[in-house]
Amino acid sequence: MRVVAAMSGGVDSSVAAARLVDAGHDVVGIHLALSRKSSSGRGCCTLDDARDARRVADMLGIAFYVWDLSEQFAADVVDDFLAEYRSGRTPNPCMRCNERIKFAAVLDRAVALGFDAVATGHYARVVPGTGGPELHRAVDAAKDQSYVLGVLGVEQLGRTILPLGGDLKGEVRAEAARRGLLVAAKPDSHDICFIPDGDTAAFLRSRLGDQPGDIVDERTGTVVATHSGAYAFTIGQRRGLGITVATEDAQPRYVVGIDIDARTVSVGPPALLDVDVAEGIRPTWAGPAVGESPVELAAQVRAHAEPVAASARLVDERLVVEFHTPIRGLAPGQSMVLYDGTRVVGSATVDATHRMRVA
Amino acid sequence: MADRAYLDHAATTPMLAEARAAWVAQSQRVGNPSSLHTAGRAARRVVEESREAIAADLRCRPSSVVFTAGGTEADNLAVKGLFWGRRDAVGARRVLASSIEHHAVLDPVEWLADHQQAEVAWLPVDERGRIDLASLETELAEPSGVALCTVMWANNEIGTVQPVARIAEMCRAAGVPFHTDAVQALGFLPMDLTAVGADAVTISSHKIGGPFGVGALVLDPAAKVVPVLHGGGQEREVRSGTLDAAGIAGFAVAVAHAVAGQRERAAHVLALRERLIAGIRATVPDARLNGDPGTGAEERLPGNVHLSFPGCEGDLLLMLLDAAGIDCSTGSACTAGIPEPSHVLLAMGADPALARSSLRFSLGGTSTEADVDAVLAALPGAVERARRAGTLAHRAG
Repeated sequence: MRVVAAMSGGVDSSVAAARLVDAGHDVVGIHLALSRKSSSGRGCCTLDDARDARRVADMLGIAFYVWDLSEQFAADVVDDFLAEYRSGRTPNPCMRCNERIKFAAVLDRAVALGFDAVATGHYARVVPGTGGPELHRAVDAAKDQSYVLGVLGVEQLGRTILPLGGDLKGEVRAEAARRGLLVAAKPDSHDICFIPDGDTAAFLRSRLGDQPGDIVDERTGTVVATHSGAYAFTIGQRRGLGITVATEDAQPRYVVGIDIDARTVSVGPPALLDVDVAEGIRPTWAGPAVGESPVELAAQVRAHAEPVAASARLVDERLVVEFHTPIRGLAPGQSMVLYDGTRVVGSATVDATHRMRVA
Repeated sequence: MADRAYLDHAATTPMLAEARAAWVAQSQRVGNPSSLHTAGRAARRVVEESREAIAADLRCRPSSVVFTAGGTEADNLAVKGLFWGRRDAVGARRVLASSIEHHAVLDPVEWLADHQQAEVAWLPVDERGRIDLASLETELAEPSGVALCTVMWANNEIGTVQPVARIAEMCRAAGVPFHTDAVQALGFLPMDLTAVGADAVTISSHKIGGPFGVGALVLDPAAKVVPVLHGGGQEREVRSGTLDAAGIAGFAVAVAHAVAGQRERAAHVLALRERLIAGIRATVPDARLNGDPGTGAEERLPGNVHLSFPGCEGDLLLMLLDAAGIDCSTGSACTAGIPEPSHVLLAMGADPALARSSLRFSLGGTSTEADVDAVLAALPGAVERARRAGTLAHRAG
């Protein structure tokens, strides 16, 4: 097969590319330039990751190019990220990138250019099923990235190769060292790539500006602190609230509500965070779609959250998920991924949450 | 690599066997050209004989030839050095530069504007990429404030040749120092530096079959130039750094070859160029030739073919042709591989999408009909695929 190996310059995508070469595929390495930050202002020649990826491609003896998708990334991922926060939601930009860039723009472009598939270093498995390719959790549960791939459809899965899904991270790193890849000791990346210092609040403030307002106790209505932008908060957040007033019940306070228009952040005890039902929009399906009659599945709402047993059904294009045990802190904008055992069923973006029990 | 077609001679061209022999021979001898003993004098002799040979070939005085570590350094020395010299002498701060200069000139000019209070007048070009002499004339009407004028001899991307003798004459009449980057012109266009009369001319070794890392600024000894590199003052106190006798020996052989074979080489690549252009027009009818379509030595570099393929991204075409065994370029190289829309095409009035859809084939002395035929065989399929990929980029979401 002719395969585009997306090469970030990290350990995982490097080993993934190496294995494809070993398997006899005709592999071309592609590094995606997603931002244009550089000291020269010309957006080139300063990207260490691009250089690392190029050096790995040299060692593998494969052609290597940089695809500049920075404009599309800025429009589809960064602008969306800002717009979501601006409206008080909590987006997952990596999922958005997988949905719009890596497995859409890149895959479409590769197919048009005559390639058969795109390969990445994600930890998840694409396995043939009776009704087409299926997406399953990785063997390494600690590294499993099936959640962030939960937005992929069947057609995309059919052109996706994930060579690392059956391995433990430690094995992959050891393999990189054994192969003499220079990136073997490179640390894993965890941050949002366009916020390299990890300070999301500062990034949002620089882009969205100061919008000062109050932090209010949900139960008493008293102002307990002030903030410089409600958009920078996330439902369920506990740290960085700057509350100095002691609470009556001596319990920690969590963000339980964000009202962007009123510039108000409400805080309350953890019990107020429990969610029993979530409604999702923009559902995607990695196989047969869930219909109007409820299906018993497991729902995962964050990259490393425990899945929760739930029943899911479709009501007017909205995915309604009832959790059998309440989920603590689920924010609009987050993605829910549904699983049947290890198999990804589909995903949706949380639009509204409801609580049944009174805390 | 033998079965590949190399059509990127404007980036670099194969090293000549004779240049390699001279280079290797000198590299086997010890001696710093600045040392006073026998070994040093022997190395100095190689440098000076090379200088004299280059001067004779280019019709300039040996004392004009200032060796550098390449074209970029020579351009920096000319632009910054002449600016500082004129600023110190008469307080001039204005820089006249064509808007299609190579980055080795463009970026020093911008740096002077950002950090040294230079005022820049970017001289416009027409849709063929040729400088507007009327605007130069206007700029030169008030010459006392002008520190220098810099206009490249022939453009590296689109191959348009500038009327450098005329520009030099206008600058001389106005008393303004004139620099021209002749890196692409050498070996392809007739070059008589005495007849042209520029104050500073940049040439580079590896573009003409010599070793990398060597070049020269042919600099009028009367020109006041402040050095960029300070140190031992090896080259007339204008340029410091130990002279690379081996590289310079190879460079001199390459210059001799470039000049002696210029007419024959130009005719050879011109015939191939016309064959390539005609063949592409036949198979990809909407391809657009950028620059001057003329075949004369005052019009376009004989080995340059620069085309836009509407609806294609140049970097995808490059990748597909690469896979088909063809080495070419989108125009100006960038080491991280991220292409920018060419400032040259934008200055000529092209829109950014068309500027991004460009490809440059550049021919050299070793180019063959087989190279041209390889392009003609691979290009239509590549264009079709790149076009399919290109339409996706504009699809919503």
